[in-house]
Amino acid sequence: MPQSKNDVVLEVKDLKMHFPITRGLFRKVVGMVKAVDGISFALKRGETLGLVGESGCGKTTVGRCISRLYQPTSGEIYFKGKNIADVPEKELKPLRRNISMIFQDPYSSLDPRQNAGSIVGEPMVVHRLVKSRDEYKEKVKHLFEIVGLNPELTTRYPHEFSGGQRQRIGIARALAADPDVIICDEPVSALDVSIQAQIINLLMDLKSEGEKRLTYIFIAHDLSVVKHISDRIAVMYLGRIVELTTPRELYNNPLHPYTQALLSAVPVPDPEVEENRERIILEGEVPSPLFPPNGCALHQRCPIATPECSKTVPPLRECSEDHWVACLRI
Amino acid sequence: MGRLLEVKNLRTQFKTFDGIVKAVDGVSFYLDEKEIIGIVGESGCGKSVTQLSIMQLINRPGKIVGGEVWFEGKDLLKYKQHGPEMRSIRGGKIAMIFQEPMTSLNPVLTLGYQLAESLILHLKMSKEEARKRAIELLGMVGIPSPEDRIDDYPHQFSGGMRQRVMIAMALACNPKILIADEPTTSLDVTTQAQLLELMVDMVHKFNSSLILVTHNLGVVARYAQRIYIMYAGRIVEEGTCKEIFKRPRHPYTKGLLRSVPRLDVEGERLIPIEGLPPRLTDLPDQCAFLPRCPYKTEKCSTSPMPELRSVPGEGHKIRCYVDIPEVDYATV
Ligand SMILES: Nc1ncnc2c1ncn2[C@@H]1O[C@H](COP(=O)(O)OP(=O)(O)OP(=O)(O)O)[C@@H](O)[C@H]1O
Ligand SMILES: Nc1ncnc2c1ncn2[C@@H]1O[C@H](COP(=O)(O)OP(=O)(O)OP(=O)(O)O)[C@@H](O)[C@H]1O
Ligand SMILES: [Mg+2]
Ligand SMILES: [Mg+2]
Repeated sequence: MPQSKNDVVLEVKDLKMHFPITRGLFRKVVGMVKAVDGISFALKRGETLGLVGESGCGKTTVGRCISRLYQPTSGEIYFKGKNIADVPEKELKPLRRNISMIFQDPYSSLDPRQNAGSIVGEPMVVHRLVKSRDEYKEKVKHLFEIVGLNPELTTRYPHEFSGGQRQRIGIARALAADPDVIICDEPVSALDVSIQAQIINLLMDLKSEGEKRLTYIFIAHDLSVVKHISDRIAVMYLGRIVELTTPRELYNNPLHPYTQALLSAVPVPDPEVEENRERIILEGEVPSPLFPPNGCALHQRCPIATPECSKTVPPLRECSEDHWVACLRI
Repeated sequence: MGRLLEVKNLRTQFKTFDGIVKAVDGVSFYLDEKEIIGIVGESGCGKSVTQLSIMQLINRPGKIVGGEVWFEGKDLLKYKQHGPEMRSIRGGKIAMIFQEPMTSLNPVLTLGYQLAESLILHLKMSKEEARKRAIELLGMVGIPSPEDRIDDYPHQFSGGMRQRVMIAMALACNPKILIADEPTTSLDVTTQAQLLELMVDMVHKFNSSLILVTHNLGVVARYAQRIYIMYAGRIVEEGTCKEIFKRPRHPYTKGLLRSVPRLDVEGERLIPIEGLPPRLTDLPDQCAFLPRCPYKTEKCSTSPMPELRSVPGEGHKIRCYVDIPEVDYATV
C-alpha cells in the first residue's frame, strides 16, 4: 500500500466528546462524562482499524462522532481532507452517504415495520441514487446477493430473520449508498459463535472483492476477532488510545500494561497453549469516566506505575515504526 | 477421585404455542470430586436448562420428563421440587451462579443479610457467627473493607462486585458442587478473567467441583479437565479437554474450533459452519447437525439420530456415524 498522504481517507485529531450530566428541574450541569478525551489517528483507504477496549471506554462514541451522529465537543475529523467535525446538521447528508454504520444489535437496529427490501433500499432513495423503480429493485436484489441473502426474501420483515440474517440485512443497508467508510460497531458480538465467522468473512470479502476499496473502523471488545480482521488496532482505555499498532506487533510485543492484561485475559481455545501462558490480572475495576483518575487513567491498577504516573497524562508517542504507545514507563 | 454427580438420560421439555421444545433430550454426564468440567454449546442448545433441571428449578411450561440425577447415593429427581431435601441441597451442597447477578440478588435486602441467611439456613449458624463469616467471605472474594460494605444493597455495587458477592454466596456453605452458568459473560474481559481466576481458586480452596457452562471455548480450554459439547439439546461429543481440542471428532466440534478466530494464530480465513442451528420444536429424526454437516454420508440421512459411541482416546465419545479422516486433523 503506497504511503502517500492522499491515501488517507479519514484523519481524527484530538477528538473529544464530553457529555454533560444534568440534575434537577433546571438541568443544572453537575459533571462531565469524558467519553472520548483526545483521540487521534489516521486511516488509509482500504485499511481496517480495529478499536478495542472494555465497556464504556468510548468506542461507540468515537464511531458516532465520526459518522456525525454526535457533534464532537472539540477536535477535528478530516474526511477526504475536509474537516467534518463542525459541519452543521443540514449539510450532513452527503457525508451520511459516504460514512455508514453497522450496529451491534441485529434485533433492535432494524425498523420492524419496514420489510427487508425497503430497509436495504432506503439509503438509495434518501440519497437519490436510483432513477427508476426497476433500477431500485435491481440494486436491492444485487445487494441481497452480495451479502448472501436470497433476493426472494425482500418482502419479509425483520422478525422473520435469524440474528445472522438480520446482521446481513444491516450490512446490505450500510453498503446501499456506496460508502467509502463503514463503521462496524460490534457487528458480531450478539451472534452465535458458528454464525460470527460467516459475518466476519462476509465483511472481509466485501473489502477485497468490491471495486471500491472500503475502509472499516471495526469496533469490538473481542480482541481475537479484532486481531483477525484489522490492519491496525487501537486499544482504548477510559476515553483515550493507549496503544496503536499492527495486530502482529500488538500480539508479539504489547508494550502498554493494559494491552498486556487485555491480551492475557483472552483465553485461547487450546489447552496446551493455555497451560504455558502467562496471566496478567489487573487489580481493581475500570474507574468511572465521571471521575477519571488524574494522570494516567490506569495508574491505580497498573503493576508498573510510579508516583509520576498519577500526575502526568502520558502522550501517545511512536516508540518504534508504526507502534504507538501512551505510557510514561515505556 | 470419587464420582460426585451422575446425570443419566435427562430430558426436559417446554410446552409452547409452536409445539414441544425438547430443550434437553437425553443428556448424560458425570462430575468427579475436585474436578472442573466444561459444558459448551451455542445459545439455546440447552446448557442452562440442563443445570436448572439438576437443581429442579424448572417451572411451567417446562417439565422434567425423564432421567436421573445421582448425588451422594440419591436420585435427586425423586425428591419433590419444593420439598425439604431439595431446599437443603440448593445453595447448600450444590450451589449455582447465574448469568445475570442482579436477578439472583434480592434488591431490597442488604448483601450481608442475604449471605448470612443461607449460612443460618444451611449451616445452622447463629446470627453473630453468620455475620462474621459473611464479612470473611466478602473479604475472600476481594471486596475491599468488607466490614463497611456488608450492609450495602446490591445496587450500591458494580456488576463485577455483585458477581464477586455471588461467588461468595455460592461458596458460603462450602458446597460440593458449584455450577457456574456463564458467570461472567456480561462483564468486561479483564473483569471476566479476574473473576474466573477467583472462582477457580476458591473451588480449589474449598475442595469443591465445578461445572463451567459457557459458549466460550477458550474459557474451557483454560480451566476444564473434561468437556461436553452440546448441540440442539443433546451432548454430541465428550472427552478430556486436551483430546477434544486436539482431535475433535464430531463435525460440529471441529466446525466450532475452526470458526473462531484465535489470538495466537495469524489471520487465516475462518471456516464458518454453514446454515443455522435447528429449531428445537421440529427436530428431525436423524442427526440434528445433518443439514449443516460437511461430512454427511448417505447413512446419516437414512439412519436415526446416532447414539453416543466411544472413539479412540480416554473417555472420548461422539454422537456421529462418521469418522473424520485422519488428514483433516492437520487443518484444525
Ligand atoms: N449520550 C450519552 N450521554 C451521556 N453519557 C454517554 C452517552 N453516550 C455514552 N455515554 C457515556 O460515555 C462513555 C463511553 O460510552 P461508549 O458507549 O462510547 O462506550 P463503549 O466503549 O462503546 O462501550 P460498550 O463496549 O459497552 O459498547 C460511557 O461512560 C457512557 O456511559
Ligand atoms: N421458559 C421457557 N419456555 C419455553 N422455552 C424455553 C424456556 N426456557 C428455555 N426454553 C428453551 O429451551 C432451549 C434451551 O434453553 P437454554 O436456556 O438451556 O439454552 P442455553 O444453552 O443456556 O443458551 P444460552 O447460551 O443462550 O444461555 C431454548 O431453545 C429455549 O428457547
Ligand atoms: Mg459500544
Ligand atoms: Mg444459558
